[in-house]
Amino acid sequence: MDGFMLQLLGLQLFTGVALGAIYVLMAVGLSLIFGMLTVVNFAHGAFFMVGAYVGYLLYQYVPNFWICLVAVPVLTGLIGIVVERYLVRPLYGRGIDYPLLLTFGLGYVMVEVIRIIFGKQGLPVSTPDALQGAVDVFVGPFPLYRLFVIGVAVVVLLILWLFIERTSFGLIIRAGARDPMIVRVLGVDISRVWLVVFAIGTGIAGLAGYLSAPMQGIAPEMGTNVLIVAFVVTVVGGMGSLTGAIVAGLLIGIVESLAAFMYPEASKVSMFIIMALVLLVRPMGLFGRAGLMS
Amino acid sequence: MTTRTMTLDKTKTPALFEAIRRHRVLATILFLFVLPWLTPNYSVAAHILIFGLYALGFNLIFGYMGMLSFGHSAFLGIGAYTAGILIAQHAITWWLAIPAAIVVSAAGALVIGALAIRTRGIYFAMVTLALSQCVYFLIYQMPASGGENGLRGVNVPEVNLFGLTIDVLDPINKYYFFFCFVAISLWLISRILASPFGHAIQAIRENETRTRACGFNVENTKLITFVLSGAFCGLAGALNGINLSSVAIETLHYETSGLVVMICLLGGMGTFFGPIVGALLFLLIQDVFSLWTEHWQLYVGGIFIFFVLFFPKGVWGTILEKLHVD
Amino acid sequence: MKTINKWTYVLCLASVFGMSGALAQSDPIRIGLPVPLTGPYGAEAKDQVRNAEIAVKEFNEAGGLEGRMAELLVRDDKLNPGEAATRALDLIEKDHANFIVGGLSASTQLSTNNITKQRKVIYISISQSDAINEAADMSRYTFHEALNPHMTTQALGRHLFKEGMRIAFLTADYAYGHEMARGFTTVAEEVGAKIVGEVRHPLGTSDYSVFLPRLAALKPDILVFNNFGRDNQISIQQAGQFGLKANTKFVTPVLLYTARQAAGDKVYEGVTGATSYYWELQNQYDTAKALNERYKKEYGSYPSDYGALAYGAVKSLLMAVKQAGTTDTEKVVDALASLKYDTYKGPEYYRGCDHQAVQSVLIIESKTAPADNPDDVFKIVKEVAPTEDILRSCEKLGFK
Repeated sequence: MDGFMLQLLGLQLFTGVALGAIYVLMAVGLSLIFGMLTVVNFAHGAFFMVGAYVGYLLYQYVPNFWICLVAVPVLTGLIGIVVERYLVRPLYGRGIDYPLLLTFGLGYVMVEVIRIIFGKQGLPVSTPDALQGAVDVFVGPFPLYRLFVIGVAVVVLLILWLFIERTSFGLIIRAGARDPMIVRVLGVDISRVWLVVFAIGTGIAGLAGYLSAPMQGIAPEMGTNVLIVAFVVTVVGGMGSLTGAIVAGLLIGIVESLAAFMYPEASKVSMFIIMALVLLVRPMGLFGRAGLMS
Repeated sequence: MTTRTMTLDKTKTPALFEAIRRHRVLATILFLFVLPWLTPNYSVAAHILIFGLYALGFNLIFGYMGMLSFGHSAFLGIGAYTAGILIAQHAITWWLAIPAAIVVSAAGALVIGALAIRTRGIYFAMVTLALSQCVYFLIYQMPASGGENGLRGVNVPEVNLFGLTIDVLDPINKYYFFFCFVAISLWLISRILASPFGHAIQAIRENETRTRACGFNVENTKLITFVLSGAFCGLAGALNGINLSSVAIETLHYETSGLVVMICLLGGMGTFFGPIVGALLFLLIQDVFSLWTEHWQLYVGGIFIFFVLFFPKGVWGTILEKLHVD
Repeated sequence: MKTINKWTYVLCLASVFGMSGALAQSDPIRIGLPVPLTGPYGAEAKDQVRNAEIAVKEFNEAGGLEGRMAELLVRDDKLNPGEAATRALDLIEKDHANFIVGGLSASTQLSTNNITKQRKVIYISISQSDAINEAADMSRYTFHEALNPHMTTQALGRHLFKEGMRIAFLTADYAYGHEMARGFTTVAEEVGAKIVGEVRHPLGTSDYSVFLPRLAALKPDILVFNNFGRDNQISIQQAGQFGLKANTKFVTPVLLYTARQAAGDKVYEGVTGATSYYWELQNQYDTAKALNERYKKEYGSYPSDYGALAYGAVKSLLMAVKQAGTTDTEKVVDALASLKYDTYKGPEYYRGCDHQAVQSVLIIESKTAPADNPDDVFKIVKEVAPTEDILRSCEKLGFK
């Protein structure tokens, strides 16, 4: 393979990683929520979209990209808290199907509410000046903003890892994912834990939406595509496993990128093929634990 | 120690409902027979009939067997495209095209089922989703399917039966033409559920390990049920193609899979009549609301959330529960 | 007072009943309008409804058809061909629509057409499709007011492509994209330009980063975006972010007014495309001026390209009804097929074999809107006069 093709391949790999960054953020939230609450959050894409819109709205009053960057996940997380407390929690104990279906309907409602408030047309969002332009990453020019997105994803994952591995609250989360019953027997108020986990998961989704906005603009439907990818990534990685979400997110991003290179029409279906293959060989996902939600 | 005794308090259950329970097929068929006169227009009645059948097929897997599949649109689609391509492009008559559609979707269900049965729970849902998306992609790329433009020309303007020519462009005639297929399917499903095989299906839902311990071949049962489910959904797909004279690629989209899950849940999974109630409710609400407002998704989603929160057994399931019918 | 005797009352009552009887006979002319009010093209669909309503109002204000008023039955087809077919069935069977106008995607118009042609109801389609002209789909009752990909690409390609140019495509993997690419390829071959590569992307992609490096590597002079709506918007935006605009001209067959307004001028800067209508046509055609004025009076802005299509279709339909003097389908078909009309953009007529509206194609370029006129987003670079030259031949479409 000559140098040109190698370069092109390298650039394609880079874009795959950038793509994976957003997927990882979404999948991490989904995985957390599933791992702790055993809730399959079908509204996750809607939270992604809401985050983008919240960022847009906030920007009108506080025109600072960086402040909004920090504020958006917090605000989205707050919305997540309300949803968990009043819509999801009443369904505890009814089996896995009900919260799934509730969040399914919730997704529709959230999209429609945004349509009513902001209109059906998308809204333009421009890249912040400091992050515009392309950077030479040895294999070719690459948009600076996408590098930034990769950076933010890494930072968020680091913070999350520290939180889960090094704090006592994180300890409860890990324990609760392994055995919720015991955690309650030990006297921990599990509902508070759920609230926080749901907020973190949806907050990260909102952040992903805010980060995506300069790349594709915002529209009420922007969450639906991302949702399905997030599911595929979460399942391939293993529901409830954060390592799995990271590995699978990168894997799928890179595969999609390479598929676009070789057989572009199939780039969208490539992730489903991967998912089918992985699940047939390892039915619980790459890093999932057998018996979890069977 | 207290022992729970189940009393069949016949005085609480009206005789009418007892009769309905005993003759559920007849009751359902009667209901569907008069449906066109109850709905605001005929096309929504035909839709309820067809999607009711789709939901009934799906209910075999979801309600009775307890396995959530997110890929059943594949069978709806395979059936629709098989019948559609045969009718539109090879001038095959409907009474060959429709059975062909059933056979091909059953075959598809065999393949997908054989692969998916090895997984459980949410993973089963995801594998079926993935495989159905592969089917979507394959059919999309087939030139014969028309891709995004859809398959047009699935025209069955008249039906020649025993020397009689029935104009199927007339909405009433068309409805009762589909009705015949659905009625036969209803009867078949009822027989399947009432048989020992049907009881094995429900036993698997209740406790798979114990069913296996009792000597049932769980894998085979699951696969056969999956194939049957695929066959009925394929029939629904074929009828839908004839109803609209075209097959849209959206038939294979995961949203169509999600739709049937919603319908079953709304109506009451694991009940015989539930899927039809679900189809009736969902399609009627959607039809009526889209006429009123462009924000119908808000209301439909809201009503759906309401049902999930307060009527977990679905409308029909809750009704049955209230009447102490088990 | 007593002079108003009972016979006067009887006479009054009789005349009232007589009048209402006459009114009951003049039932409205029902035009069904199934458009995707929900979904990604909601804004365009809404504009189509508004414009169609203006056409109906104008007809009624002019007296209708000897007292019979026109009535618009707006339905939501949810951008789903199955739903579109259902709405068409309802409109025909339940609402007794005389005619149907509508459709904002190729798939919905084709499925609607399949229903209407079987039941011999006139259908005028108002969005792009090559397939609807072809013998397999077209029927005596099918009319196509909108441009089709072939017309658009011929007009645009002949204006832009020069011998020796390197041309690359980013094509959405569905009929619209393929048809556009095919049309552009034909022109390139005629002119002696070279198609250096095509990358196809799945419909509905939101991240094009995976496709762009390959396109950049081809070093094209012109990059044609054969996609529509949000796909078009996002892919152009991201291609710009990847730095492709520096050495390549961005071209897209349908430069949508609503998309340009939604995305802003930075994204579309320097992009050239085609359209069927832009409000600036009012400087040349009185009919455009009249439409703009009416629309401005009611809604405070200008009609969009797709909106104006709806206006044109309903207006020419009602013109044909008036000319035929009846709503009888066969007579209206004949009137419509032979109609020469100028409803909003200059002279048009329907070609005989495929009922395609032969009309002008506008080549436009996006520009930064001046502060005092935020709607001034395009510059009309060229107006390709109506000609059958840019249509595919009747033989090619499958007509003998």
